[in-house]
This record gives sequence, structure tokens and C-alpha cells, in this order.
Amino acid sequence: MKKLLTAAVLSAALATPALADTTKVGFIYIGPVGDFGWTAGHDRARQELQDHFGDAVETSIVENVDYGADAERVMTQMALSGTDMIFAASFGYGPDVNAVAGRFPNVAFQHATGYIQEHDNISLFDARFYEGRAVLGHIAGKMTETNTIGYIASYPIPAVVSGINSAYLHAKAVNPDVNFRIIWTYSWFDPALEADAAETLIEQGADVIMQHTDSTAAVRVAEDAGVMAFGQASDMVEFGPTAHLSAIVDRWAPYYISRVQALKDGTWEAQNSWMGFAEGIIEMAPWNDRIPAELQEEADGLIAAIAAGEYHPFTGPINRQDGTPWLADGEVADDGALATMDFYVEGITSDFPN
Amino acid sequence: MIRLEKRKEPSKLWRIANPFLAVALTMLAGGIMFAMLGKDPFVAIRLIFFDPIFSETFASYSRPQLLIKSAPLILIAVGLAIGFKANVWNIGAEGQYIMGALFGAGVALAFFPAPGWYIFPLMVLAGAFGGFLWAMIPAILKTRFNTNEILVSLLLVYVAERILAAMALGLMRNPDQPGFPGSRDLRRYEAAYNSELIANTGMHWGVVAAIIAVIFAYVMMTRHMLGFHIQLAGQAPRAARFGGVSPARLVIICLGISGALAGLAGMFEVSGPGGQVRIEFASGYGFTAIIVAFLGRLHPIGIVLAGLLLGLTYIGGELSQMMLQLPGAAIQVFQGMLLFFLLALDFQTNYRIRLTQGAHA
Amino acid sequence: MILGSINPAVLLAALMVAATPILLAAIGELVVEKSGVLNLGVEGMMIMGACVGFIVAVNTGSPFIGFVGAALGGMALSLLFALLTQALMTNQVASGLALTLFGLGLTALLGQRYVGITPPRTPKLDLGLLSDIPFLGRALFTHDIVVYLTIALVGAVWWFLKYSRAGMILRAVGENHDAAHALGYHVKRVRVLAIMFGGACAGLGGAYLSLIRVPQWTEGMTVGAGWIALALVVFASWRPWRAMAGAYLFGGVVVLQLNLQAAGVRIPVEYLSMSPYLITILVLVIISSGKGRSLNAPGSLNKPFHASS
Repeated sequence: MKKLLTAAVLSAALATPALADTTKVGFIYIGPVGDFGWTAGHDRARQELQDHFGDAVETSIVENVDYGADAERVMTQMALSGTDMIFAASFGYGPDVNAVAGRFPNVAFQHATGYIQEHDNISLFDARFYEGRAVLGHIAGKMTETNTIGYIASYPIPAVVSGINSAYLHAKAVNPDVNFRIIWTYSWFDPALEADAAETLIEQGADVIMQHTDSTAAVRVAEDAGVMAFGQASDMVEFGPTAHLSAIVDRWAPYYISRVQALKDGTWEAQNSWMGFAEGIIEMAPWNDRIPAELQEEADGLIAAIAAGEYHPFTGPINRQDGTPWLADGEVADDGALATMDFYVEGITSDFPN
Repeated sequence: MIRLEKRKEPSKLWRIANPFLAVALTMLAGGIMFAMLGKDPFVAIRLIFFDPIFSETFASYSRPQLLIKSAPLILIAVGLAIGFKANVWNIGAEGQYIMGALFGAGVALAFFPAPGWYIFPLMVLAGAFGGFLWAMIPAILKTRFNTNEILVSLLLVYVAERILAAMALGLMRNPDQPGFPGSRDLRRYEAAYNSELIANTGMHWGVVAAIIAVIFAYVMMTRHMLGFHIQLAGQAPRAARFGGVSPARLVIICLGISGALAGLAGMFEVSGPGGQVRIEFASGYGFTAIIVAFLGRLHPIGIVLAGLLLGLTYIGGELSQMMLQLPGAAIQVFQGMLLFFLLALDFQTNYRIRLTQGAHA
Repeated sequence: MILGSINPAVLLAALMVAATPILLAAIGELVVEKSGVLNLGVEGMMIMGACVGFIVAVNTGSPFIGFVGAALGGMALSLLFALLTQALMTNQVASGLALTLFGLGLTALLGQRYVGITPPRTPKLDLGLLSDIPFLGRALFTHDIVVYLTIALVGAVWWFLKYSRAGMILRAVGENHDAAHALGYHVKRVRVLAIMFGGACAGLGGAYLSLIRVPQWTEGMTVGAGWIALALVVFASWRPWRAMAGAYLFGGVVVLQLNLQAAGVRIPVEYLSMSPYLITILVLVIISSGKGRSLNAPGSLNKPFHASS
């Protein structure tokens, strides 16, 4: 029966000219496009994709799609309606993407931050956010006067943990006295809680606030309190013109465009891309003028070195929090270790959650 | 002056006609909204109500999906309706649904990766037990301390949600995917997988359970003494007490049944369509089921229709987002309208509008 | 561990702010429930207030008018609930839940063009010398005016329910609507007014989030605050000052856990965050089991009323 379904799709695909001008691209989002965070970042890229190709691409979205049966259904319906490529924009869609991809071998699947790849029509892609965090850490370490940096974190998953470690290592490198205060909110988006967290951190002496949560609340609190902050996922400068030093801005568009182009050219194939500054997938929001020119140059230099592959943010010697060695002198962390990171590095004083 | 007058007998005509009228009114009001959003209202309504069932492209897939989406709603709502008839207000089905899923998944994860035919039946029992147990908290507090069950069952939803998050991040986290929250994928563990019984029909054990529950509830409410007691307790509590119906026993029974069914729904979901214990696993089925129970007028057959109708708007809503670029929020508003009209028009079943002259005291 | 860095005065100040939105919503719902109506749509009315308040404030440039708009927005949604439950005799639980669903969707539509905008700033109240008092000054006298008005509102509701004739009628309606009707009171009129008051308060609570606390508009931004407010009313056993104490306790638990985390103390956040609900259930058991019959839920709560005379 499953084969029958596939056959139906195949014949549908054959019915339309093989080199159809319009490529249909579907997007499924875990949140609403108006979240000003993760989903908004992907939808921004979708719009750029649409603008880039004009009539040659037809995009469609379904927002607020839950993991599991709902995601599987939406992707199946997309495939049935003749969609050529589906972007699934959350790590939790893994099993669903793989299930649908197995049934629709002619549809190309692009799974953001995914980790399951069982069919050759699934590409996984992710951003090396820790590269951006290294730059933020460097700036924070130099800018802080209280030597205390506050960090609002969402869930203890590798992407967040490696971000904290990267920021800490680079702050520490330029300011040996720096210490991190970390609050876990156990939510990606809870504006009131994030505001409370920012206030707490500031009261406990932090004068730079970093966040790995989606709302703009922390930036605004920092602005009101007269301290500094970094935005998340989007340029949040409007919420704190003075406080906002910069932000790691997600920029998926170049990748999206290249993948759709590859599909049009017939050169698309499954891959697993983990991209950073080099590919232009993350970029920094314009530096705030209060960052001294010299420091701006250092930050630009750091970005260039990372982009050129001359420098890796996790280069030994690095010890784990308990003092056991992790990376030897000069050793560079491999991607596998970064993708599963579940410990703090030495020097962070908070206990690791769980 | 307009006033409502209670009918001596509920109107059979209106009972049948109301849902159709409500759907028609929703189409009208929703159509206006869609038009204001710059979308073709006729296409939108066709996508929501007809395409999932009749479209050549989608129907063969969507029809079974309708069962998958509606089954948990119906399963939970049938149990809740029994309690609502007896004036026992379990509004914490969401919590019982979560606990059922956690208990069921817990059994599966404990046995992983052992094969065995007995694992799935054990999960079913555990799921029902988990929901039952969670519902017994408000039941016992009600019977022992006369604590309001509406409030306790609601509060326990928040507690269950946090237990769920703790489990997904901690105890039940998949050891093979270090770092990521969420348990093993039960769809990949054959002994625990609640798969389709017949391919591409959408029939999984949860659908079967929903059908059995509907029949069971129908027979119980119309043929059995317990059903009679429940109705009596709801309509005339004093008479029921004089008639020897123990209110405490009814509270335990009603909460027990609805809790167990909600637990079952959670268990079938986590072992099948849902697939794994995740932080976001609870997507509001327990609350939506309350609305389904009332839309179905607390009658098992009505609940089946209401559950299917709501399921249809979910699936059709996704289609209209995808095909017409309607914002997801517009679908939510549309569903809200449908609920309001369905609820609002029901008054005609029990009341008649009378125009009277002058005010009355 | 750096516990010394936690300043109790700051803790107190922070919890007052954290508690204000849920307290506003709760004090409204308390009046609604006192009149015998259970409106589970608090979350929907709150988000409505957050959205409408934001839109009005941005367009008029005045946070004050924004708050007025928020109250009206919440009230408008509550009128829908009143129409359904009081005029058309629908079930309150189902109608309230539908109201939340509808409110979340409607606001997401209305607010689409307001994402990523900063609202006009609400000035902090300058209390001059008062805020210079050691400890108390920092804790109590450094807030925006809404924090104080909310406390005043709690006092007003307390006085209203306890001493005013209208409040007495409202309680009578909520305790036993048949008896109140027999005495010649207009049960439905009282309830509709109570529901509107509840809607306005929930709207204000939502606007406090979108205009002062966060301040931004994003769909779904209340993230369950309305549900907490519902729990709070129960925790308070329908008494205004207890609602305030409860809100401060809820706010306090949140603020304290944030502070402990920031101080580097490892705490099981997931388990700690369920404690307010467990405490509320405990309170509920105590008040319903023992001596304090007067503390129990209003007698006619969630029961439909139709004048049969």
C-alpha cells in the first residue's frame, strides 16, 4: 500500500513536465512566523529565496506544526501536492522527516539541526552558533567592568551548552577575572521570565547579558538598567539602542538559495552541512558604536580567522569543569564532540544542570 | 422584550439542525474573515471542509489521518461526558493524558530492547492505570475532603506538564542521543509500536479503543443501571441520594473512567503517532476534548461526530495554510468561531425564544 | 556558590513586578468566581489585552491610553463569554476554553504588523525621598504606577466585597442564585458585570506584560500566565488579600529560583516549578475539609442559572 502511494506520486510527477519552470518549496515551522526568533529567521530566508527566484519558485508554509503525527501529515500533504523540496525547521522533526522521506524518494528534504539521516533524499544542515558565541565572548570579556557576565539559557542541549562554553573560553582569554552567571529558563520563549532572569543577573552584578532564548525582553531590561546586552537570532538593536552591542544573526538564505538552485540544476544530493561564518550562515549585527574601534577590529579579525579556518574556537588545551583534560594543547574539538557536548569547561562555577 | 423559555422537552429537530446551522454560520463569518485577509473564501472553505475528504490529491491520505487526529479527542471526550452528565467536572484530562503516556512509555523503555508480545498489552494497562491514578487524586480529595474537583484536576495538569518536561530531559531521555531532550522513538521499537493495523487506513489500537469506548458508553448510558444513576445524579442529585445512589461512589467511578480513557489516549499517542516522550508532547488534546464533549452534547454518537468535525478543521486548516497561504492564526480564529456557534445555537434545543410584552420582575 | 550576592530588597522588588500581571488577572477572576461564574478564558482575555493595549499604545503614543484600550479589549472578549453563558446558557467550562483558543488566534492576526516594534515607554513613578529609605525604599518604592494601582485595586475589591451593598449582592448571587433571585436581585445582570470586570482586569494584566514588563508584542506572549491566575484565585480561597499574598508567593518562587541559579546553586528547576501548584492543592484541601466552610468555593460556581418564574 505504501508503494502504491509512492507510485501515485511518481505518476503525478511524470504528468507534469520534468523540467517544470516552477519549483515548489514547502516549509514547516515549529513556531509562528511572528516569533521574532527562530522561526522568523527561517521565514526571512524563505522570503529572500522567493525574491531571489521570483516566479521560478513557489513557496508555501505551515506554521505551529507539532512534532510527530502532525508534522508527518503536513509533510505528506506537501509531497502529495507536488512539492519538490521540503524544509523542516526544527530538530524534533527527525523521525517524521525520515518516515516521509522514505515514502517520497523524489522529494528533497532539508532538515535544520537534524541528526537522523536514513534516506538519500534527506540533507541535514545546522549553523555553528558557537563561532558567533566566541566573538560575543571576546567582546563581553573586554567590555565588562564588573567582570561578571550573565547568560540566559534555554534547554541544556548541545547547541546551547557549546555556546556557553565558547563564550566563556573567549571571555576568559581576554579577561582572566571574568565569571559567568547562568540561568536556565527551560523554555525557548517566555518573555516575562526572560525579563526576570535578566533583571536577576544584573542585580547580581552582571553588566553584559547574553541570551540563548528568543524574546527581546532581556535586551530591553539591559537598556533600562544601563548595562550591555547581545541580541539573539535577529538584530535586536531597536529594543536597546545603547545596550545592544551586537547579535548573532541567523542567515539561512544563502544556503536555501544554493539548495534550491542545485535542485533546479539536477545536482542536488543528500549532504550534512554544518556551516558558520565561512558560509555566511551566521553573521554579526552591526557593532554598537560604544565598542572601541580597536576591539571592533579584533572582533572582525576573529571572525575572519574563524571563517578562513585558521582558528577553531575549541582549540586545546581545554579542561572539563571537573579539571579532567578534554583537549590537549593544540588539539581541535571534532564535530561529533561538539554536537553532543554535555559538560561545562573548566572555570565556569555554576553546576551543570541534570 | 425577548426572553428565553425553557422547553418541556428538548427539541429533537433543533438538536439535529443546530450543528448544520452552526457550520453554515461559521462558513459565512469565516468566509468574511478570509476575504478580509485577501484570500478567496470559497477556496478556503473548500480546502478546510471538503478537500481532506473528497479531493483527488489528498483524500486517500487525509481520510485515514482524520481517524488518527480525532481518535484521541473522541476517546477522552467520551469518558469526560460520562462525568459531566453526573456533574462530576474533570477538566484535567490533559494531565491524565500526559500521565498515561508517561506510564505507557515507561513500561516500553523499561523493556527496551527486548521483544515480546506481552509488552504492548502491558503498556496499555500501564497507560490506563497512569491516567486513572492521576484522576484518583481529585476523586479522593473530593470524596474525603469535599475539595472542588474542577480546580484540583486543573492544577494537576500543570504538575503533569512539569513532570513530563523533567522526564523528557532526565529519566526518559534517549541515552543514544546524548544531549537532546526526548525519549527513544517508540515507533522504532517493534514490541512497543502502536502501528497501523491495516496499512493506510489510519486504524491503530487507539482508534479501536475509541470505537469500543463509544459503544461501551452508549450501552452504559442507555441500558445499564449505572448509566441511569449517573443521569439521575446529574439532573436530580437529591432524588438520586434518596434512591440510594452514593455520590462518593459516582465521583470515583466517573473520574476513574475518564482518567483511564484519557490515559489510554496518551499511551496510544506516545506509542504511535506521537512516537516519543517529548517536552512538547502534550498539545492540548485534553482541553480540546472538553469542547468536543460539549459539542457532542455529551452523547457518545454526538462526540464521534464532533471529534471528526474538529479533526477535519485541523487537517483542512493545514491544507489551507499550505495551498492558500492562510496564516495559521486565521485557522485558529475559524475554529474558535465554529465552537462558539456550535455552543451558542444549542440553546434552541432546550429553550425557545419568546417575545413578551413589558418587563417582568 | 555566591549566595551573598542575593539582595533581599531586590528580591522583594523583583517579585512585586513579577506578580503584578497575574495578580491583576486573578483579582478580576476572583470577582467573576465570587458571582458564581467560572471563566476559564483568562489566558485568552489576557493576550487580548496584551495585543490591543500594545496596538493602541503604539498608535496613540500613550501607554496610559494603551492600558485603557487593553481593559476594553479584554472586556470585549469577556462580553462574548457573557453572551454565551448568560444569555445562551452554554456551558461555562467549554465556553471559557473556546474563548482562550479564539483569543490566541485573533490576537495573532491582529498583532501581525506589530511584531518587532518598541512601544512608548511607561515612566517609573518618582517617589522622591521614599525610594531613598534603606532597604524598604529599594524594595517598595521603585516601581511603575501600575504596581501600586494594582495593590489599590486589591484593596478596593476587598472593600467592595466585604462592605458595599453591591458586593453583598454579588456574593449572594454567587453563593445561591436561586435565593438571590427570590430576593429580587438580577442574577444575570450582576454576573455580566462581574464577567466584564474580570475581562478588563485580565486585559490590564496582559498589557502590563506587553507594555511594561517585556515590552514587545509577540503572539502567545502570555505563555500561560492566565492559567496561573486561575490557580491563584483558588489558592487565595477567593479572598483578595490572599490573592495578593499568593501572587507574591508565586512571583517569589520564580524570582528566588532565578536568583539561586544565578548564584550558581544547582536546583531542580522542573520540580521546583511545580511546587506552587502542589501548595495550592494543599491549601484547597485544608480549606475545604475543615472548619473554614466560609472559605470554600462559591456555592453556585459553574452552575447555570435560568429564572424559571
